[in-house]
Amino acid sequence: MQKSTSRLDSIPEAWQFGEDLSDQPDNGGHFGAFGGSYVSETLMASLDELRRGYLRWRRDPAFVRRFAEDLKDYIGRPSPLYEAKRLSAKAGGARIILKREDLNHTGAHKINNTVGQALLAEFMGKKRVIAETGAGQHGVATATIAARLGLECVVYMGAVDIQRQAINVFRMRLLGAEVRPVESGSQTLKDAMNEALRDWVTNVDDTFYVIGTVAGPHPYPMLVRDFNSVIGREAREQMHQQYQTLPDALVACVGGGSNAMGLFYPFLNDKQVAIYGVEAGGKGVDGDQHAASLGGGRPGVLHGSRTYLLDDDAGQIRETHSVSAGLDYPGVGPEHSWLKDSGRAEYVSVTDEETLQAFHQLTRLEGILPALESAHAIAYATKLAAGMSPDQVVLVNLSGRGDKDVHTVAGIEGIEI
Amino acid sequence: MSRIADCFAGCSSRQRTALIPYITAGDGGAQKTLSAMLALVESGADIIELGMPFSDPMADGPVIQKACERALEAGMTLAGVLELVKQFRAVDQVTPIVLMGYLNPLERYGHAAFAKDAAVAGVDGVLLVDCPPEEASGIREDLQRQQIDQIFLVAPTSTEERQQRICRQASGFVYYVSLKGVTGSSSLDESALAGPVAALRQHTDLPIAVGFGIKSAEDALTVAGHADAVVIGSALVSCLAQADDTQQAVHEFIKPIRLALDGRQADAPAATG
Repeated sequence: MQKSTSRLDSIPEAWQFGEDLSDQPDNGGHFGAFGGSYVSETLMASLDELRRGYLRWRRDPAFVRRFAEDLKDYIGRPSPLYEAKRLSAKAGGARIILKREDLNHTGAHKINNTVGQALLAEFMGKKRVIAETGAGQHGVATATIAARLGLECVVYMGAVDIQRQAINVFRMRLLGAEVRPVESGSQTLKDAMNEALRDWVTNVDDTFYVIGTVAGPHPYPMLVRDFNSVIGREAREQMHQQYQTLPDALVACVGGGSNAMGLFYPFLNDKQVAIYGVEAGGKGVDGDQHAASLGGGRPGVLHGSRTYLLDDDAGQIRETHSVSAGLDYPGVGPEHSWLKDSGRAEYVSVTDEETLQAFHQLTRLEGILPALESAHAIAYATKLAAGMSPDQVVLVNLSGRGDKDVHTVAGIEGIEI
Repeated sequence: MSRIADCFAGCSSRQRTALIPYITAGDGGAQKTLSAMLALVESGADIIELGMPFSDPMADGPVIQKACERALEAGMTLAGVLELVKQFRAVDQVTPIVLMGYLNPLERYGHAAFAKDAAVAGVDGVLLVDCPPEEASGIREDLQRQQIDQIFLVAPTSTEERQQRICRQASGFVYYVSLKGVTGSSSLDESALAGPVAALRQHTDLPIAVGFGIKSAEDALTVAGHADAVVIGSALVSCLAQADDTQQAVHEFIKPIRLALDGRQADAPAATG
C-alpha cells in the first residue's frame, strides 16, 4: 500500500475515496430507476446540505488526510488478503481469498463508514450524531467514533433487538451513547430507522444522521458506498501486488449492502470480474421467512429510496427473517437494485442452514470465526469455487468477525453458555 | 370547479377558516371511520383528510403510528380506503376528501389504477408524505388525468427556491408544516408561523393550510390568524382512540374548535385574499 499519487502524496491512493468510478448516481441520487429522495419535505434541505457538505469535503486535503489517518491508526488498515487454502481445498476448485474486514477495530467493515460520516459531521459543525442499529454493530461503530471525537450520540434500536443483543447495548452505553428503545412496528431495524429519521426531522439544525448502510435517501447510498470503497480499492491493489491478477469473481453478503458495495464499486469497470451478492435466504426464498429483497422482492419505496423490497400485496412492508440480524432488513441499497437490473451483478441467496455450515467450516478449517452475515458469503463462495478451476480466484469479503454471534449459534444448537 | 376549490371559495366568501381534521382510515374498523367522517362534517369540518395506513410511517409521531398499526391489524388496505370514500360519497357529495399517506401502497396498487379508482370513489386530493416534487413525476400525470389535486408539504426548512418549485407543482391547497418534527409534536410557535406563511403567499394564490402540532381550539385560533385552513390530526386521533361513542367524541372535540374559529371571524378579517 505504499503507492502514492500526485493527488495527495503521503496518502495511499486506495484511501483517497472521492473519485467517481461510475456515472451513477445522477445529481438527484438516482441509480437508473432506483434511489432518489423519497422523504418528507422537512428533510429535503438537510439532505441538500449534507450532499453539498460531502461534495465539498470529499476531495479536501485536510478531510482526506484525517480520514486516512484514522483508517491507518484507528481502524488498523489496510486489512490483509488471506488465502483460505484449506477451505479452497475442501471446496475443490478455485482459490478462495478473503478480504479480512473482520480484523478492523470493532470487528467489522462498519467502522469505515462511521469514521467517514462522523468526520463529515465534525467538518460540517454538527455536535450531535444519531444512528439506527439492528444487531448493534453499526450502533457500536457509531458510538465508538462519537467517543473518539467527543460527539453526543443517540442510537435507536428496536425493543425486540435490545432484548436479543444485550451485550452490544451495554457496549454502546460503555462508550457513552444513549440507546433509545423503539417500541413501534415490529420493534426491529426498520422501525429503528423510522425513528432515527423522525429524530432527524425534529433536530435537523444540530444533528447528523449516521446511516449504517447504502440505503436511505440521497446522498447516503453514495457516501456510504464511497467511505466503504476503501475495501475494494485496497483489495484491487493487493490483488495486483500479491497475485498479479484480478479476481475472477467477487462475493459479498447483502443486507442493506454496504460491505458488498464497498467491495464491488472499485471493480465495476473490470468487466472480466464476475460479481455476486449473497442475500439471506432464511428458511428458503419460496416462503416468507427470508430477507432476500432482490431475490424475492420487487421495486417499491422505503426509507427514502426506490429499491427492491419485501412487501405484501397491499404494499405494507413485510417482516423478514434471517439467522443473521445484520441481514434482517426488508429493503436493500438502491445501487444494488440497479446492478441487478443492469445485469452487472448477480444476486443469489443461501439459507440459514447453509450459513451455519459455512460458519463451522471456516472456523474449523481456517481458525477464523466469521460473523453470520459474512458466513453467507463464505457459503456461496465455496459453492461457486467448486465449479471453477484451480487457476481461478474467488475474492470474498469477510465483512465481520463472529464473536458477537456465538450466543446465537450456541442457542440454535441447544447449548447453554 | 373541484370540490376543494369550491370549498375554499365558499369559506373565503364567508370569511371562514377551513377546518381540516385528519383521521386514519380503518382505525377501530371501517365502520368507525365512516361514522367519524360523517360526524366530522356535522360538527363543522370543511375538508376531511383521511390517512392511508402504512406499516412504516416515518413522518408520523407515536399517535398516528399506533393508529396505522390498529388500522392494519383491523385489515385496512388501500382498496379498503377507497371503498370507505365511496360509502361516504353515497351520503355526502360535497365535502372534499384528501387522502394522506405514503407511496409504497400506491406503487403496489399501480399509479394509474389508483388515480382512476380514487376518482371514481370520489377522492379530491392526494398528499404523499414521502413524495417531494422531485420524485412526483411518476404519479403526477395519472392524478392530473383524473383531476385529483396533488397536495404538497412546505416545511420551515424549505428554501425559497424549493417553495417556488413546490408551489408551481401544487394544486388544491398548499400544506405548511408548522414545525420541524413529526405529526403530533409539541408546541405551536406563532412567531415562527407568521413570517413563513406570509412569505409563502408570495409564491402562490392557492389557499394555505397549516398543520402538525395543532392540538386545541386555542392553537387553531392562532393559526387562523395567518392561514386559510387549520389541520388537526394527532390530537383528534388520540381522542377517538379512547372514545366509546365515536359520534359524541367527534362532536365534543370539533365543535369548540369550530366555534372558536367562527368567533374569531366576527371581529377580525380572514387572511384569505
